[in-house]
Amino acid sequence: MNPVRRTLLKSIVTVGMLASAISVSLVKPAAALVASWNKNAFSAKTIADAMKEAGYSGAAESGDILLKVPDIAEDGAIVPLEVTSNIPGTTSIAIFAEKNPNPLVADIQFSNGALPYISMHIKMAETSFVRVAVKAGDKIYAQSKEVKVTLGGCGG
Amino acid sequence: MDNEMKMRATMQGDVADVKVLIKHIMETGLRKDPTTKQFIPAHFINQVVASLNGVTVLDMQWGVAVSKNPFFGFKVKGAKPGDKITVNAVDNLGTKFYGETAVA
Repeated sequence: MNPVRRTLLKSIVTVGMLASAISVSLVKPAAALVASWNKNAFSAKTIADAMKEAGYSGAAESGDILLKVPDIAEDGAIVPLEVTSNIPGTTSIAIFAEKNPNPLVADIQFSNGALPYISMHIKMAETSFVRVAVKAGDKIYAQSKEVKVTLGGCGG
Repeated sequence: MDNEMKMRATMQGDVADVKVLIKHIMETGLRKDPTTKQFIPAHFINQVVASLNGVTVLDMQWGVAVSKNPFFGFKVKGAKPGDKITVNAVDNLGTKFYGETAVA
């Protein structure tokens, strides 16, 4: 047996395995994004339509949704927001900015140990209510809070 | 595109507190170019999925009203130090973004 030939063959096999491992990791991100984007909900022009299209109509007001937003936002381009749902069985939270051209900002689904909590930065076109809706079982709950915007974040 | 995403995950009791920052223009499609008077085409991240050790924990759809260079934070119960958190995102033009971090 030729030891040089052995080593060479081994290294070829290793390179081949590495290459396939790399291609697998590159393919992964695409496979993880399976749900289709809800175009109707995100392009709705009124909060009522947006809530309906996103599956959050018929919401009951609930004090068990904690919505943390600033009373006054100097820059509508970055309004920090934090939502915590203390409603048992919460599976998703949707965020709406009432007077934005398209009120639906985001729809978030929680699973496998994720707590019903989200923190994010949103854009607000003008002073308006931020409304968050929560899905728990087959029930919908909501909570709103007004944010005064000094400088709008959607115009130009 | 790992350099487009910054992530940090730290344990707080038995909950991993995860913070993510993605570099992206998040153009609404509603702004006009001041010189050409034409609308600047929409360009925004619209789907984001976060996983803990390969299992989906957060599945988000976004509209154009998520701020430029999007920031988001979430919490996962039952995570342990060393666990892997990954984030996959895609924008409306099909560009994909990927980031990962270990829970500290």
